[in-house]
Amino acid sequence: MPERIEADRVRELCGDGAQLVEVLPAQEYADEHLAGAINIPLKTLDAHTTAQLAKGEAVIVYCWDYL
Amino acid sequence: MSPRAACRLETLGFEHVFDYVAGKADWLARGLPREGEKAGERRAGDLARSDVVTAPPAERVGEIRPRVKASPYGFAFVLSDGGTILGRLRRSALDADPDAPAADVMEPGPSTARADTSLESLRGRLGDRGPKTAVVTTPEGKLIGVVRRSDLPQ
Repeated sequence: MPERIEADRVRELCGDGAQLVEVLPAQEYADEHLAGAINIPLKTLDAHTTAQLAKGEAVIVYCWDYL
Repeated sequence: MSPRAACRLETLGFEHVFDYVAGKADWLARGLPREGEKAGERRAGDLARSDVVTAPPAERVGEIRPRVKASPYGFAFVLSDGGTILGRLRRSALDADPDAPAADVMEPGPSTARADTSLESLRGRLGDRGPKTAVVTTPEGKLIGVVRRSDLPQ
């Protein structure tokens, strides 16, 4: 079960080397994103596009807000 | 959207998946580091000054007054232990009973803006004859700083 976290925990995990993934469409990512994030839009999230991520390491996903 | 992405990652075999559900909107509202084509646009958090005087609710006015006099501002903020703004001490309150605790004479709940408020919006709030400063906080009301009207580009 994925763990829900807040901004402070995001910063802490990123400081420890967590992988940060924005799942919004590419243009929204291009406009602005959290420093250090990569973009894998939700509609393209599969084994191929996530191959760049380490499965045994922490991964944080985010979109725009709660919706 | 992010809960679905987080579950999808788990089904793909990722072992430590975290979901930052409040997302980019929350991050930008806190003025945290950002990148991208629009990241260079200055916003309220980029102009916020942190040199405003703050005090805990129990501190006596007489102890706060000299710090305000030495600051570029004519007021101070009263903050909770966690840094949340409880109120503002205006000059009239600072000139009152020096033994009064800040919480007793503060003006509660000043209006605030988030760090990602555009400078245009901030200018609209302050106007030409309105308040001289805007208060910038996190979504939980923790003080980030203040933006002076004179700091806004014309």
